[in-house]
Amino acid sequence: MIEERKSFIAWLQAGPMMLVFVAFFLLPLVFVVIVSAWDYNEYEMLPALSFRGYTDTFEGCIAQLPDLCTILKTYAKTVKLCFLTWAITLTIGFTIAYFLAFHVRSKTWQIVLSLLCTIPFWTSNVIRMIAWVPLLGRNGLVNQGLIDMGLIKVPMEWLLFSEFSVVLAFVHLFTFFMVVPIFNSMIRIDPKLVEAAYDAGATGFQTLVNIIIPLAKPGIVIGSIFVITIVMGDFVTIGVMGGQQIASAGKIIETRLNALQFPAAAANAVILLGITIVIISALTRLVDIRKEL
Amino acid sequence: MTDSVKLDAKVSRRSLLKGAAGIAGLAAGSGAITGFPYIKASEPKVLRYLGTGVNEGDLIGQQCFKDTGIKIEYISATTDDVTKRVVTQPNSFDVLDTEYFSLKKLVPSGNILGLEAKKIKEFDNITPVFTKGQLPNGKKIGDQGTAPWKVLYLEGANSKNFSKTATDYVTLIPTVYNADTLGIRPDLIKRPITSWAELLNPEFKGKASILNIPSIGIMDAAMVIEATGQHKYADKGNMTKEEIDLTMKIMTEAKKAGQFRAFWKDFNESVNLMASGETVIQSMWSPAVTKVRSMGIPCTFQPLKEGYRSWASGFCISKATTGPKLEWAYEFVNWFLSGWAGGYLNRQGYYSAVLSTAKANMTEDEWGYWMEGKAAKSDIKAPDGSLLEKAGAVRDGGSYDDRMGNVACWNAVMDENDYMVRKWNEFIAA
Repeated sequence: MIEERKSFIAWLQAGPMMLVFVAFFLLPLVFVVIVSAWDYNEYEMLPALSFRGYTDTFEGCIAQLPDLCTILKTYAKTVKLCFLTWAITLTIGFTIAYFLAFHVRSKTWQIVLSLLCTIPFWTSNVIRMIAWVPLLGRNGLVNQGLIDMGLIKVPMEWLLFSEFSVVLAFVHLFTFFMVVPIFNSMIRIDPKLVEAAYDAGATGFQTLVNIIIPLAKPGIVIGSIFVITIVMGDFVTIGVMGGQQIASAGKIIETRLNALQFPAAAANAVILLGITIVIISALTRLVDIRKEL
Repeated sequence: MTDSVKLDAKVSRRSLLKGAAGIAGLAAGSGAITGFPYIKASEPKVLRYLGTGVNEGDLIGQQCFKDTGIKIEYISATTDDVTKRVVTQPNSFDVLDTEYFSLKKLVPSGNILGLEAKKIKEFDNITPVFTKGQLPNGKKIGDQGTAPWKVLYLEGANSKNFSKTATDYVTLIPTVYNADTLGIRPDLIKRPITSWAELLNPEFKGKASILNIPSIGIMDAAMVIEATGQHKYADKGNMTKEEIDLTMKIMTEAKKAGQFRAFWKDFNESVNLMASGETVIQSMWSPAVTKVRSMGIPCTFQPLKEGYRSWASGFCISKATTGPKLEWAYEFVNWFLSGWAGGYLNRQGYYSAVLSTAKANMTEDEWGYWMEGKAAKSDIKAPDGSLLEKAGAVRDGGSYDDRMGNVACWNAVMDENDYMVRKWNEFIAA
């Protein structure tokens, strides 16, 4: 009886969130999936079953072999940028979190330094990106500085509107999303474990690999999910930093939406969702987050 | 008992407020209190105005309120978002400020009201550019693409079909238009530029740009390809699939060879690219050129021998707008064409649809500089009073007749739009 009551209360507590989730996430998602199978013309959606959105998207994928078709090329590029961003944010994020958790002793300083990590978020996204131009541009600070020092003769053009600048902007933005969950996992590690490892004669590296990384795994996975889902769907940062010359999965959806081709946009959204889910589920297979939390 | 007393108190307070607002509104609207606060007059005259920002401006809104008592609530969005909103949420606006090429999507959606030409006072004075496709002096202008006169009239008030001949029902009342070309940095190029073909000239490798809005970008691309002599289009604004393939193939090759520094999508990006010297030649819009110049950086809106790509926008009214609101909407459109706004837009380098009323609102020197291609006798100032050009300057491209007379094509939505958008995505991904 008491058990039943408890579970009823638990449902009640979770209820409001669940309702919000169903109404504003699950339902719209269902609509997107339905619409993705509709037909369309210049100005409206036609509620007739058609997989045109999908077939158009994969147009030429078989005919053009061994060359990649547009959609595969786009995804290859998106996944590549995503992987680079993930690898770099993870390395930097892990290092910062490690420093905050194990080298900074006072709580106050831990808080102050974590807040410092939020500085990139103090200005709007667009302003932040436009600000890269005077820094990385052809006549920007970096190029001018190197030329003045005599290190290079002609400005390096790959600094801006390139994959480099896209990844740089992503890393600048999203390292924080790695720092927070990893830091959160790390401060829960019992210091006695580290001390025991030291007493047992483990080197610093052995402690890191055998104790800290396994125990920080949930944080690493959560941070990775944040970064991967955001980067996979991004079209603004890739657009501005890539000089609109680099394709991304999100950009294709945007172009389709702007052309009022909603079913085609929905089809692309479903494909993106599918691929992201595959990546995320592969990650969660590595670590059972539920168990670890 | 106490409850009902409270309720009464509330009601009476509210009606009192309403009365006060009514009198205040009336006083503001007409400038005089007639003594009979009629309840209708207590509603302020408000119109929701959906548009891209070209015709917008606090000054226009203020002047309109002063002259007509109509308060304009601006809803600003990008061209694409405006179209999306008209198709999906026709109840969310009253007056729509959009371009002629969008009509091919908007009119079939059935959300646009056919406007009665006879209710537009200056309709007969609208420049023949819109009604006949010719200059006031009779010179015919380019009709490739979605030229305004092809989509100006409807077959009937509730028709979804464009009429080839003049009828009493108008889709879009023109307000503003311009002739676009390439913007260049004369200080960095250091030689005359006379052709669209220069955009693909390897001399400017890594220093060129084009805009990443498919329906406009493809037109600029077509101008370039025709100028290089690689293909002559029957209608640049309505390509066949083969022509789209060819156009995108040439552009893709240029992109792969590193011709383009970046593509741009919004006004500020284009200003930034040009001002920072990242690009020296690119598709551009007139106010962006003005913006670069106002930063003290030389920038020319270069007239080219193949002509201009033109665009035109104006007002539609939502089908959901009825009753007094509809009358205010007509009143607003009439006010807009009555001259003040026309002069305001002309002074920014755009063109007003009714030239005679705009002329009456400009000084002779301003008219000479902006419209007749004459050297300015005194300093030319922007509507906000800031200096645009010093005395003696001549407008890029010269007079109205020289610029509008050399229009080669208009922004367009093609029959093969769906295919074109897909190919454009391919181009970006290449």
